[in-house]
Amino acid sequence: MNMQEVQKFVAERIAPAANECDRTEQFPMDLVVELAQQGWLVALADESLGGRNLDLMNFGELFELLGRGCGSVRAMVMLQNMVASLLQRWGNEEQKQKWIPGIAGGQIIAAFALSEPDVGSDALNIKASAVRSANEIKLNGKKTWITLGQIAHLFIVFARLNGKHTAFLVPRESPGLEVFPISSMLGLRAAMLAELRFKDCRIPGENIIGGIGFGLAPVGTLALNIGRYSIAWGCLGMARVCLDIAMRHVLDRQQFGTALKNFQLVQQKIADMIVSINAARYLCEAAATVGSFESRRAMMHILQAKYFATTMVARVTSDAIQLCGALGCRNETLQRLFRDAKVMEIIEGTTQIHQIKIAEFAIHEYKRKGSF
Amino acid sequence: MYRDTIRTFLKNYISDSINDDQDIFSGGYVNSLFATQLVLFIEENFDLTVESEDLNLDNFKSINAINFFIAAKKDGKR
Repeated sequence: MNMQEVQKFVAERIAPAANECDRTEQFPMDLVVELAQQGWLVALADESLGGRNLDLMNFGELFELLGRGCGSVRAMVMLQNMVASLLQRWGNEEQKQKWIPGIAGGQIIAAFALSEPDVGSDALNIKASAVRSANEIKLNGKKTWITLGQIAHLFIVFARLNGKHTAFLVPRESPGLEVFPISSMLGLRAAMLAELRFKDCRIPGENIIGGIGFGLAPVGTLALNIGRYSIAWGCLGMARVCLDIAMRHVLDRQQFGTALKNFQLVQQKIADMIVSINAARYLCEAAATVGSFESRRAMMHILQAKYFATTMVARVTSDAIQLCGALGCRNETLQRLFRDAKVMEIIEGTTQIHQIKIAEFAIHEYKRKGSF
Repeated sequence: MYRDTIRTFLKNYISDSINDDQDIFSGGYVNSLFATQLVLFIEENFDLTVESEDLNLDNFKSINAINFFIAAKKDGKR
């Protein structure tokens, strides 16, 4: 993939609308067809399926550039890739043929429904339930903070079937499903969040992805790995935008008779921003070399990249505003990125959950091999 | 045939001693997130691909079940 063309598309078609989308809390729907035409909605899939057959490095770079443009658009592209990839890996042939072409073409917008009003990080304790009869499944419960929930045509819903965690394909028009928009979020404000309420929601009996009891793993974990990878790379793009704005400011802005760039405390901030962005980039690139989203090595690298990149971007957005002073507080792009950055530390697993998982993995490996 | 390798792998996650027919999922020895580790272990150690239709708890519930599953996949019976 020609990254200069991607950069041009992002600069001309995505970035200019980002602040207005943030203000109005509306996703730029006119972009969906164009994103599909670029092959980005199923970017890992073969070109015959409408994808770009990207390797993990190019896939990451795509999300870095999308992160430069608009966090909500990056989230939308990420979700389509998450759902298409889990269908590709764990769906049966009928499910693949039924849903992937529509996702690739942008006719079907897909969303991922795991969180519940009482369940965030503690995914094992989801309460949504499913009962299977001869030819249909009935779902009951609530899902919340569902990105794209307001506009999605298809939901991957996680619920317990006979107590076992299972993933279901739920079309929006399913009887018994109600969608309630969520507004006024801190960041990613154009991501069209919604709460889903299932009251004896009926779906066809064959709408299970993977087997009964395998919903959270390996089906859900594959999707989360892709999501975390995309977020980590997206943070690089966000941070670069902040750095560019801050650099322009400290070069131009005169105080005490000289440019801000000449003050050593300003230089310290610039140095810290550059080093932390590059450190995050190396972790992202290390995650890109593992070849698959499914190996144990991949999971470990992705956890580290997401953990570090999200904490990095929270710091860099804050530092950029600090360097720009009142002008930074007035800068709509910096404001948006500052708010989006906080969200990045929470979605697809909080910073703290990442720290726990990284430590658990290292301890496990150390016990097993004496190193990690 | 593959039981020793399976036992060694499970010891990394289950401290209690379990017999070859003991159900590791319903017995509460592991939670459902463990399935990812199990699938990766089987794919990486036995050079085979776990498919969507293989995701049946009966294939993974015990050392004997996993052993039978791997043998059947190797023989092309799945």
